[in-house]
Amino acid sequence: MGLPERETVTSAPVPLLQATDVATVFRTPRGAMRAVDGVSLSLARGETLGIVGESGSGKSVLGRTLMGLITDGPETSVTGSVLLGGNDVHALTPAGRRTLWGTEVAMVFQDPMTSLNPVKKIGRHLSESVRLHLGLSRAESRDRAVDLLCQVGIPEPARRAGQYPHELSGGMRQRVVIAMALACGPRLLIADEPTTALDVTVQKQILDLLQSLGEELRMATILISHDLGTIAGRTDRVAVMYAGRLVEHARTAEVFDNPRHPYSRALIASIPHLDLSPHTLLPAIEGRPPNLLNPPAGCRFAPRCVVATDLCTTQSPALTGRAGDDTGGAVACHHPLGAAKEATV
Amino acid sequence: MSAAALRRLTLRVLELAGVLFIVSVGVFSLVVLLPGDPAVDILGAGRPPSEYAELRHDMGLDQPLHTRYFDWLGGVLTGDLGRSVVPPQSEVSDRVVSALPVSAEIAVLGLLIALLIAVPLAMWSAYREGGIADRIIGAGTFAVLSVPSFLAGLLLVMVMVNSLGWFPRSEWVRIGDGDLLGNLHHAFLPALTVALVELAMFARVLRGDLIVTLREDFILAARAKGMSPLRILFSDALRPSSFSLVTLLGLSLGRLIGSTVIVEYLFSLPGMGSLVVNAANQGDYPMVQGAVLTIAVIYVVINAGIDFSYGYLDPRTRRVHV
Amino acid sequence: MSEIAPRTRTALAPPVVVATALAVAGLVLLVFGATTPVLIAPAKAAIALLGIGLFLNGASRVGKALAGPGFDVLFWASAAWLVLLALAIVFVDWLPLGEDRDVAATVTEPVFGIPTFTGTHPLGTNGSGLDLLARSLYGARSSLLISLTAVVVGTIVGGLIGIVAGYFRKAVDRVVGMATNSLLAVPPLILLIALATVLEPRLRNVALSLSLLTIPGMVRLSRATTVAYANREFVTAARAMGAKRSRIMARELLPNVLLPIMSLAVVMISVLIVAEASLSFLGLGIQPPEPTWGNMIAEGEGDVFEAHPHIVLVPGAFLFLTVFAFNIVGEKARQRWDSRSVKL
Repeated sequence: MGLPERETVTSAPVPLLQATDVATVFRTPRGAMRAVDGVSLSLARGETLGIVGESGSGKSVLGRTLMGLITDGPETSVTGSVLLGGNDVHALTPAGRRTLWGTEVAMVFQDPMTSLNPVKKIGRHLSESVRLHLGLSRAESRDRAVDLLCQVGIPEPARRAGQYPHELSGGMRQRVVIAMALACGPRLLIADEPTTALDVTVQKQILDLLQSLGEELRMATILISHDLGTIAGRTDRVAVMYAGRLVEHARTAEVFDNPRHPYSRALIASIPHLDLSPHTLLPAIEGRPPNLLNPPAGCRFAPRCVVATDLCTTQSPALTGRAGDDTGGAVACHHPLGAAKEATV
Repeated sequence: MSAAALRRLTLRVLELAGVLFIVSVGVFSLVVLLPGDPAVDILGAGRPPSEYAELRHDMGLDQPLHTRYFDWLGGVLTGDLGRSVVPPQSEVSDRVVSALPVSAEIAVLGLLIALLIAVPLAMWSAYREGGIADRIIGAGTFAVLSVPSFLAGLLLVMVMVNSLGWFPRSEWVRIGDGDLLGNLHHAFLPALTVALVELAMFARVLRGDLIVTLREDFILAARAKGMSPLRILFSDALRPSSFSLVTLLGLSLGRLIGSTVIVEYLFSLPGMGSLVVNAANQGDYPMVQGAVLTIAVIYVVINAGIDFSYGYLDPRTRRVHV
Repeated sequence: MSEIAPRTRTALAPPVVVATALAVAGLVLLVFGATTPVLIAPAKAAIALLGIGLFLNGASRVGKALAGPGFDVLFWASAAWLVLLALAIVFVDWLPLGEDRDVAATVTEPVFGIPTFTGTHPLGTNGSGLDLLARSLYGARSSLLISLTAVVVGTIVGGLIGIVAGYFRKAVDRVVGMATNSLLAVPPLILLIALATVLEPRLRNVALSLSLLTIPGMVRLSRATTVAYANREFVTAARAMGAKRSRIMARELLPNVLLPIMSLAVVMISVLIVAEASLSFLGLGIQPPEPTWGNMIAEGEGDVFEAHPHIVLVPGAFLFLTVFAFNIVGEKARQRWDSRSVKL
């Protein structure tokens, strides 16, 4: 390990978001479930980060914990710290947290069919938060709602504002959910699988919209997805999660071009490519993700890993600098791929 | 309104009319089931037969049944419900008109109290599902469901009137007398009695629906917007959770009328309940007929109204009506 | 993680002891609260209630330890109460009880005797010296007899009508629907009062009036269930084999309609007990001196209740416990054979 160790990937002196050793544990009747287990990451203003992992890897829970939607309570334990614009999200009072939501950080949810209240008009979904946070009057908030709908590319915004969610298509609804998140000009947007529930044709539109809005509004974005393909080319950096832990973390191009973790490589290999001949079998990852109620000792990916050794099953690898990566990437693996080759070059 | 909706409405009204017709026949035929001879009841025994015959003729009792029914129905439709057969033989419609506001006040007040208490209880229960408050509220409401209203009324009187002396015993103060506060003071305890069973029912049903709603994504989305829990409960969760409650409101109306009757009798309030119970005890069948018919009509009409209110609650069903 | 893991069953011996102690302490408190002469009434009631709470809590722990975590103490307590009441009703004529209705026989008895839970009048006497325990048990007999008869009649009649309407549909269905709606157009108690105006207040008549209350619900439920089953393969198969309509209804549909209807019937029992008691309370049901819970409670109206609360509380407690027990059992039955699985 010739490279200097860095705690996290940073690209600005004062990060917008700084999460240190975050762990989220659910107390279930069958025991403690460690959904997020010691994750550290940071994000600068205007930066975009993709969080990728299989379903159940804890990425959605991480997103909600970063935001403070999941907090320490009778059924969950949250440890570590999340600093958002200088505020420790989990040390704030519930009311204090609520003042951050919408203004500092906002979330776009997975399913636009269920994340809009069926008995509320579209306009009200948007106007109520600007009235709450920005103190606008009824008329001002109505205008703002129409502006927001216009901004997310909804035609006839004034008419749409008077409609109910069921009168809009799925893609339109997701645009509304995005507008809802943008309403109070947050500095960080967490998009949790924003396209999973949508038609393939609409997915790209929504992702493009998120990307252009992020650039336009200089808004940092965390894009959570199970699909590396949606993240490719859209984020500055990627964090790969496996069984509640970060296994690799680097600039997006680095991860795609030189995956160091066997899991990252397997994920990349399972993305379909147009240049593959038809009927090519995509390599799937053997085995199943571990049970988080009783995770394996050592590296959690070891049981499914092709290069695992005895060391892997006994000792948990720490996140360390990636060989040949001078941009601050890190990987948690005892036998990082390509490391030997790079060292000899 | 589209042609289909108009057709639906017409069908509904026709069905209503049919039901009301059958009810009126049923109410009228109480006379047929009546044991004894009304003329004897009115005049007393031991008069010469001609007097009875004359009275029967005057009352139209010697006519065939269907003639008597249509005579009676004609009267009903013009607001004439006949005369009581018990001295002072007053006009049934007059008595009904003076009794109706009292019952309406108790029932409406009872419903309001029930909702005012049930909604916060259900919210508290649902918001802290499985907590101590939830379990206590659950057990308490289940127990209250097993207390008949006359027993509840007596127990409330025991505690609030006899032991604590917070409320007067009886004597009704009419709203029309200008003493609104005095009226409410007298109406509160009866209304609370009526409210008890209803509020237990409402709280249980609303709690169940709220728990389902609170797990919805749009509640999470509302939280993520920075809305306070109280605001989310009232402005996001309550309305989508109230379908069962509104259905229940319709179903419980019958029980509400029943407990109003009992409570009026218990607190000797001059409402429809006292009217119909006293009339029934005296065998005053025209009074019973008039009162029962009035109550049934009101009941049927309100239930029909509740049917139409679904559209307001769920915009998704409104598309069908528009 | 081990501290969060569920405890194993081997460690259960001490909890059983604690739970038994809890239950016994509760019983002691209950008896003390009910019989102590030194305290005022509210304090006694509070102690007795606390005792009941402790007892149920302890009994629940014992039951869970012995019979597994699915043990429902309220259900078993309710069942026990109903069985006890049923036994008492069956053998009431042979029990050594005080006089229950003949005022002439009680001239020498104390009037408004307070419940002592011992002696010749364990639950006290009323204004005429009649024994309240005896009256409550005879009241239970007429109340349960009436309600059960009404439920049985209502279930059979309503269930059959529903099956016929659901199977034939069309005109039959429409006529039945109209009749059901009309019956539902009069609030239940008002219907009872109207019938009471013209019918002799005898056991049979009261039971028949009450059965009218159960019929509409039964018709709707059995009709809906029948409609749901009438197009299933096994019915089509029976029809294809040339089975007669009456046979299809009796052999194929009836067994499927039976369970939901039975669970509704259990729920209806407590509704009818309350309705019967209400009618008696209003003076329109079974007439004194024949005791019913309703007319016993009516004796306490006015000033009597103020001076002698036990006149109301004794029959009131019987009524509450019985209705509560039927509600608990009904809830269980409904969960077991959920009648809501069929859309009404």
